[in-house]
Amino acid sequence: MDNQWTVNTGTGTYIGIDIGSTTAKIVIIQDGKTVYSKYERHFSQVRIKTLEMIREAKSYLGETPFGVSVSGSAGLGMAKAAGLPFVQEVFATGEVVRELQPDTGAVIELGGEDAKVIFFEGGMDERMNGTCAGGTGAFIDQMATLLNVTNEEMDELALKADRIYPIASRCGVFAKTDVQPLLNQGAKKENVAASIYYAVVNQTIAGLAQGRRFSGKIMFLGGPLYFCKGLRKAFVDVLKLTDETAIFPEYGRFSVALGAALFAYRDKKEFTYDTLTEALERSLGVKTETAHNEPLFRDEADYQAFLERHAKADVPMADPALYSGDAYLGIDCGSTTTKMVLIGDQNQILYSYYSSNQGNPVEVIRKCLLEVYQIMGDHIRIVGSSVTGYGEELIKHAFHVDNGVVETLAHFTAAHYFNPDVDFILDIGGQDIKCFKIKNGAIDSIMLNEACSSGCGSFIETFAKSMGYDAASFAKLGLFAKAPVQLGTRCTVFMNSSVKQAQKDGAEVSDIVAGLSMSVVKNAIYKVIRAHSPQELGTHVVVQGGTFLNDTVLRSFEKEIGQEVVRPQIAGLMGAFGAALYAKDQRKESSQLLSRQEVEDLTHMSKSATCHGCSNRCQLTINMFNGNEKYISGNRCEKGAGMAPGSYEILPNLYEYKREKIEALKTDCGEGRRGTVGFPMALGMYELAPLWHKLFTELGFRVVYSGHSSREIYSKGQYSIPSDTACYPAKIMHGHVEDLIEKGVDTIFYPGLTYNVNEKAGDNYYNCPVVAYYSELLAGNMESLKNVRFWYPYFNLNNEKMMQKQFFDFIIKEGIDVSRSEVNKAVHSGLEFYRNWMEDIRRTGSKAIAESREKGRPIMILAGRPYHIDPEIGHGIDKLANSLGFTVLSEDSVAELAPPVEVHVLNQWTYHTRLYRAAKYATENEDVQLVQLVSFGCGVDAITTDEVRSILEEKGKYYTQIKIDEITNLGAVRIRLRSLIGAVEASRKLKEQG
Amino acid sequence: MGKQKIIPKNCEAESCADCRLRCDKRETTRAVFTKEMKATHTILMPNMLPIHLELACRVLRIYGYNAVLMEYGLHGDSRKVIDAGLLNVHNDICYPAQLIIGQMLEALQSGDYDPHKIAFLYPQTGGGCRASNYIHLARKALKKAGYDYVPVISVNFAGLEKNPGFTVSARELRDIMYVLYYGDLLMCLVNQSKPYEIEKGSADALASRWVDTIIDDISHLRMSKRHIRQNYIQIIKDFEALPKTNEKKVRVGIVGEIFVKFSPLGNNELEKYLIAEGAEPVLAGLMDFIMYCVANMKYDYAYYGIKRGTALIGSMIYPYLTKKQKEISELITQYSSFRPMPLFPHTEQLVDGVISHAVKMGEGWLLTAEMLELADMGIENIVVTQPFGCLPNHIVGKGMMKPVKERCPDVNLVAIDYDAGATRINQENRLKLMLANARQLMAKHNGVE
Repeated sequence: MDNQWTVNTGTGTYIGIDIGSTTAKIVIIQDGKTVYSKYERHFSQVRIKTLEMIREAKSYLGETPFGVSVSGSAGLGMAKAAGLPFVQEVFATGEVVRELQPDTGAVIELGGEDAKVIFFEGGMDERMNGTCAGGTGAFIDQMATLLNVTNEEMDELALKADRIYPIASRCGVFAKTDVQPLLNQGAKKENVAASIYYAVVNQTIAGLAQGRRFSGKIMFLGGPLYFCKGLRKAFVDVLKLTDETAIFPEYGRFSVALGAALFAYRDKKEFTYDTLTEALERSLGVKTETAHNEPLFRDEADYQAFLERHAKADVPMADPALYSGDAYLGIDCGSTTTKMVLIGDQNQILYSYYSSNQGNPVEVIRKCLLEVYQIMGDHIRIVGSSVTGYGEELIKHAFHVDNGVVETLAHFTAAHYFNPDVDFILDIGGQDIKCFKIKNGAIDSIMLNEACSSGCGSFIETFAKSMGYDAASFAKLGLFAKAPVQLGTRCTVFMNSSVKQAQKDGAEVSDIVAGLSMSVVKNAIYKVIRAHSPQELGTHVVVQGGTFLNDTVLRSFEKEIGQEVVRPQIAGLMGAFGAALYAKDQRKESSQLLSRQEVEDLTHMSKSATCHGCSNRCQLTINMFNGNEKYISGNRCEKGAGMAPGSYEILPNLYEYKREKIEALKTDCGEGRRGTVGFPMALGMYELAPLWHKLFTELGFRVVYSGHSSREIYSKGQYSIPSDTACYPAKIMHGHVEDLIEKGVDTIFYPGLTYNVNEKAGDNYYNCPVVAYYSELLAGNMESLKNVRFWYPYFNLNNEKMMQKQFFDFIIKEGIDVSRSEVNKAVHSGLEFYRNWMEDIRRTGSKAIAESREKGRPIMILAGRPYHIDPEIGHGIDKLANSLGFTVLSEDSVAELAPPVEVHVLNQWTYHTRLYRAAKYATENEDVQLVQLVSFGCGVDAITTDEVRSILEEKGKYYTQIKIDEITNLGAVRIRLRSLIGAVEASRKLKEQG
Repeated sequence: MGKQKIIPKNCEAESCADCRLRCDKRETTRAVFTKEMKATHTILMPNMLPIHLELACRVLRIYGYNAVLMEYGLHGDSRKVIDAGLLNVHNDICYPAQLIIGQMLEALQSGDYDPHKIAFLYPQTGGGCRASNYIHLARKALKKAGYDYVPVISVNFAGLEKNPGFTVSARELRDIMYVLYYGDLLMCLVNQSKPYEIEKGSADALASRWVDTIIDDISHLRMSKRHIRQNYIQIIKDFEALPKTNEKKVRVGIVGEIFVKFSPLGNNELEKYLIAEGAEPVLAGLMDFIMYCVANMKYDYAYYGIKRGTALIGSMIYPYLTKKQKEISELITQYSSFRPMPLFPHTEQLVDGVISHAVKMGEGWLLTAEMLELADMGIENIVVTQPFGCLPNHIVGKGMMKPVKERCPDVNLVAIDYDAGATRINQENRLKLMLANARQLMAKHNGVE
């Protein structure tokens, strides 16, 4: 024993056992000294592992009776089954820290899947991560897998970082969506690794501090913080700690176990080695409580029939040595894997490749291409090449690939080859779930998973690794599970805790594997496709994507939908195969693909930069090929791509127009003889800024606006967010308030508005609860607001007289000396100014429509909320749509062009009523498409999305939804918008053909 | 099949003359509960509060409705209900809607009833919260599942939709109101007895005997004020006489979104769990929520100058309701050693300086007020329950925990999210932490005493 920690347990022997979600820890204390400690992964075999560890420690547990106590999230069930004392882990930590380091201000403890914070100063306060905040240790494991490094390597990489990328910190799934494109765009692994640790830090602060600041000595506990120096550094940096105030104790990993031992001492219940091991052995036989599904196969024969059936869907493979002639190359550069297929003139496969892209797709493809050239020799000639997938643009530029093809089309092309009658395609890949419905030989509707539900292929893989298996043997384990556990259909984070529950109840690994597969399937059917019944999917279903190579998943899917489906043997290669078919279809005289020599000589360097062209502040990755060819990714518009102003056309964009209009307001902010008022620019302020601006300036106030939204602004206020599952547009409000205070503003205004403006087009005209009452939350949770005046009165905007009275009463109460007539006049002008403002937006919208029609340009309504024009909230999707050739309109600029809509729900929120009308307008106009922007966590949109969809689809329009959060991953958005274009295009062609 | 075109009557808009024009055009079809159906149909109700709704359900039966409480999901079969909900409702919609709609579909598909011979009763709150949309989502879900002929009867405070077969007379309304008061009293006493009962199940048995007595009284028109008062006193005495231990247990208040706060289906049997862990659960009554809705009528006028007529009605009902509660509360003090229920007007004013009474969506200011009231009563351990992603609770629940803690530094708060995907272990682990702190807090207080 290297480390001897002293705990005040007097004489006697005490065992503390801590079973976390991934690891088991045990300490034995004798006469106040630690004599034994052990830390091991338990691979879900909680009860057996504990028994083993006790047996190993037998020599330390003499004949005299001793005390035992169990702690940890996976320990609860075992303690119950074995009849051992249990102590809650956060409580145990609190006890042990108070004992060993009484001057600690706060404890931050990261475990496998839990994050905990304990504040000691100023009233003890303990926090655990909410159900949505993703795991931490498990999250780091996942990210390491993604980077294709071990945890230790990732730690080393992080220490060499020179820049930090913003990575969504709320939950693991989101972060993954950020990390993947960074890797695909060639960002340095060092920087990505460090950024991941920073994300963990931000998550801990945002999710757990909830309005309390860290002060005094901070102690860091738990496995990840013990092992990862990069993570430690990130915490020290962000919390601005010093060597004195950041404490990383040697017993960090064992704190909970030590706490449990302390509890065992107080509990006074006695065990001997024999009674303890007996109790644990008994617990092994305790029956489980988890709900089960029936087995996947009745018997071996059932399984054999299944195998034979699927062996039929195949493409002929041909020996490239025996083939000579033209060939076509298809590359699918996916989010986690790279696939490549070379086909001959009979579509026979000459070469195929499927592998993880190892965080560097360019290099993987380079090697692969060389292999292809090797095989081709002189007798095969590539005459066409296509690339699809997340890395499409990068690879296209790097290797001069002939065509880029949007993923959805590539997959459809491939599926069509296997089953010309195909009417439904489901593709579950590493990161994505894609579903297409096919009607009349064209893609009819597309559904992609939202960032939140991407519990797909890589999820199973990561899970397999965490339980100590490789993906292939893990998948096989599930096939003959006797009682697959039911794990729910939500995101991976929830599944993690469901698995924890199953482990607690003693489920076998095989049952967990089968349960996970069923969850993935159910997730796809009910969450992504949102089918009401499996029959809705179609009658000719083709499934593909790497995940379906897993027979457990495939069988689960068939069982769930109650019909047999086609799974091509090349399920994992379908994107690449489709791309190759596409290349064949588009063939020209020769291919411009880099030659063998050029591929051999290709050099690739990448560096990152920030574009300062506009307030979007795009994070660019600049790729240099052969030292002189530049390819920039991460940009939204032409400016970022380095194009000179004037060399491209600027298309009408109502989002931009509204932003400029607000900017213009700021040029005249009043003289301020009555003082200064600060407006936090977030949420409802985007709608009503003109009203309040006019009103206050007319009254003689000077108006100060908070700065433009950014990650920096967000992190300024992050510490005071009490509910981390609220929407990003609301959470960023905290930062805007902080920003105003930093600017020295002594009064901040954000009114409470239960009712919004009544546009007389719905059943009512509410704001959503968050927009309506966020001011109350700010007042209650932001310490810094206590030092300034925070004005948040309630108004009725729809009755001028009433509002004049309300405003007068309020402003007099605040001690401002104004006359009633002044107020009346100011309120009147404010309301009038607002009405004119909206009128102007509508007029500009109509003008843009007319102009686009003249030029035959397609129109896109980006239907969201007023605050979606904020580039940090809307991620500049408006500019992206512009760059794809659309005129961009906002929902409020077109709403009045359509009559009020009959909907099947209560139409009671002003902003949402606009959405319905905008959708209606889109249905009435051939050249208008609507894309709905939805903020993650917007409860109201759970209602509106279905309605908007049905309004559009009833009239044969495509419905596209983009869910946005803190993520800045535009790759997925681009695919969606391009798929929409492709689908519209195809249906137009179809119509023309009659 | 009882289908007729009707005009939706959800219009609260102030300028309704102008809105009506449009409403007339917007005709929707919904299945109406006709007069004939009263004799032929079973009315199924979600079981949010076992005692209250059992009483209400049996009152409806006295008046000729064949009302039945839905028990689906309450006997270890919750998974089926949750799955039915997930399948038929948008997964991001509030958990209570998923559960109730899940129960409806279970009822229709279980074979227990002829789908052509049932209707659903759906109590709902109105206002700017998503919850006001539940009934529409329920109808949408039924329609999608092929049951658009099944009537869904909405019961809310904003006014009833027209259902010729479901009309509530003044007398029926009075009886319902009385049983809700009875329900509040019984719940208050059961919660204070059950954790200490010497004979397991005796508190519940006593309550259920009283439910029978109350129903018998109503069906025999024994509804004089004097008689009811006698009942109150006897109930209190009966519970006082129930053999109980005199252990000192940790008391844990439960506040939150109304459905998950009360419904064992919604909150994974939170009350039962707390009792099993050796704690005493404390909940405010259902009438508090109703009084909150009535109080909001006056606040709507005060803050927004709208609905003056409603405000007037509210100001007439309010004293009547609070007086009744006060009577019961005083009787508890007079005839027993039980802790009386807090008085609503007191609860109402506790939020002054913490959150505005203008906050009226969902449970609004009431949720914050209930936390403060619990702390005021010396019940410092509080579970704040909410469906995952509940919009008003961002503000009035989690958003007010810090201000509540500032005012009452000793409170031991824990927020628990309920959701189709949330697991019991996650919830129990947090509750365990709260309980461990609660015990320490109790030891501290005892030490001081």
